[in-house]
Amino acid sequence: MLKQMEGSRAVAEAVALCRPEVICAYPISPQTHIVEALGEMVKDGELQDCEYLNVESEFAAMSVAIGASAAGARSYTATASQGLLYMAEAAFNAAGLGLPIVMTVANRAIGAPINIWNDHSDSLSMRDCGWLQLFAENNQEALDLHILAFRLAEELSLPIMVCMDGFILTHAYERVDMPTQAQVDAYLPPYEPRQVLDPAEPVSIGAMVGPEAFMEVRYLAHAKQMEALQLIPQYAEEFRKVFGRDSGGLLHSYHTEDAETIIVAMGSVLGTIKDTVDELRAAGQRIGVLGITCFRPFPIAAVAAALKQCKRFVVLEKSLAVGLGGILAVNVRMAVTGMGLKGYTVIAGLGGRAITMKSLHALFLKAAADELDLVTFLDLDWRVVNRQIEREKAHRRTGPVAEALLRDVGVVGIRNY
Amino acid sequence: MFQVRIHGRGGQGVVTAAEMLSIAAFEEGRHAQAFPSFGSERTGAPVVAFCRLADQEIRLREPIMEPDALIIQDPTLLHQVDVFAGLKPDGYILINTAKTFTELGLADFVASHLPERLCTVSATELALRHVGRPVPNVPLLGGFAAVSGIIRLESVIKAIRERFSGKVADGNIAAATEAYKIVRNKMESTHA
Repeated sequence: MLKQMEGSRAVAEAVALCRPEVICAYPISPQTHIVEALGEMVKDGELQDCEYLNVESEFAAMSVAIGASAAGARSYTATASQGLLYMAEAAFNAAGLGLPIVMTVANRAIGAPINIWNDHSDSLSMRDCGWLQLFAENNQEALDLHILAFRLAEELSLPIMVCMDGFILTHAYERVDMPTQAQVDAYLPPYEPRQVLDPAEPVSIGAMVGPEAFMEVRYLAHAKQMEALQLIPQYAEEFRKVFGRDSGGLLHSYHTEDAETIIVAMGSVLGTIKDTVDELRAAGQRIGVLGITCFRPFPIAAVAAALKQCKRFVVLEKSLAVGLGGILAVNVRMAVTGMGLKGYTVIAGLGGRAITMKSLHALFLKAAADELDLVTFLDLDWRVVNRQIEREKAHRRTGPVAEALLRDVGVVGIRNY
Repeated sequence: MFQVRIHGRGGQGVVTAAEMLSIAAFEEGRHAQAFPSFGSERTGAPVVAFCRLADQEIRLREPIMEPDALIIQDPTLLHQVDVFAGLKPDGYILINTAKTFTELGLADFVASHLPERLCTVSATELALRHVGRPVPNVPLLGGFAAVSGIIRLESVIKAIRERFSGKVADGNIAAATEAYKIVRNKMESTHA
């Protein structure tokens, strides 16, 4: 049924349709509306047979999810930013133990400096913790990916983060097609755990493993994630049959067939990129887009196949590997090793900096002419940067950087709208 | 695509107005995207929200920098924020005030834009009278339907019914309908 609603509400309704049995919630912006909506649904009786727990921290949220999942319950939680970091230890454990928890990450920057706005630093910082990571392009895909994620997680017995851009998607009202309970039930079978804590057949979960078998356990976790590369396209195809639309999959190509330049990105910025690419194609540029939906496991073969016809690719990412450049870019470069392509990295939109069509238009033209630096920071205010660099050369005690820059730019509530 | 930017202060229902405008457009079978400016909003602080309307899927995610229309929920912002930034020369403006554009010191502005697309209405007063609270957002949507013609009053009323119930819905519908009539009359008398 078509509805006009907030992204958070759409995700909450989709999660409810998946019949979760345990939801553990700890609030953090921009994720809070999702668990608030689920809390209301449990209280109203709209979502039944579900235990809703308010916990005291993100560490507790993930610990409760681990316990619930190990006891055989379909378990869900949501977080963002510092909240994800605070649950890091437990997140590694959830993956290491092979527990199919589904978690929404409403992507948000990580401090310091503290910042509540969107970028991908949070989930990408946890890229190696053993969870699968799926990125939504719009709110339709965000809600669809949750339904897909429960099925995939439970088949593989691995946890999945569904990543959606904080505020840009979570707080946006747009049209979504909400599936029916019958459709979701037809797609998502009841949870059949591969391992379960059952008093009738006692087992322990979480043994200490020494050098004799630790590598093998870790290898199996890797091999298990790689299995998802086969399952995800298959599940996306089945999704299309039941729900009648394309959602999920490993990646989405847009006008790549004849493209000399391909822009690679993840999440909601793909929409703005596609509009810019339409503009440039109308002006005769051979340019296309590769959207990465599945970041973990990283679809190396599919990315290589999608890029093999182009001359150059630009990875535009909302994350920064400090001291190196891009994170997504490193993954993409690994996929195209030996293919002789030119590759550029663009860091954009950190901490909620708006990514505009105007800036993208100029950037892509520069890329098409091979005039880009290897690593570019989009729309960086060099005056502000250079002023601080000069200050640090001139004086020893220049004080905290964030405060100095705020003084320079002036604290303007609504500078960029 | 038609792009609307709404300026107001925390507590005036700025974000709700953008969301309801998107619901009204959805009721007409169109695509709409509403989103807030994502600041750390506080009561009384300047707040911005956006709404895009289109006949096809909206993919663009940048903030609205060159709006086709502005709704200004609080005239005191005129001295604090560059609310008119980027407005298209043929753009629409609706301001919540009992004054005229000239009385607000905006005579120059009227000269450089299409006067038949500029209007004011005392939305706070209407809200106080019909809803009992000084929240001007919903009556302004009624007024906006009249000044812009981009959305129908019935669609705004449907959006009100979806968002509110009981007395609050009835009060807001009455306020929006009256704002619609006031703006219609002003437009007809000024530009007949």
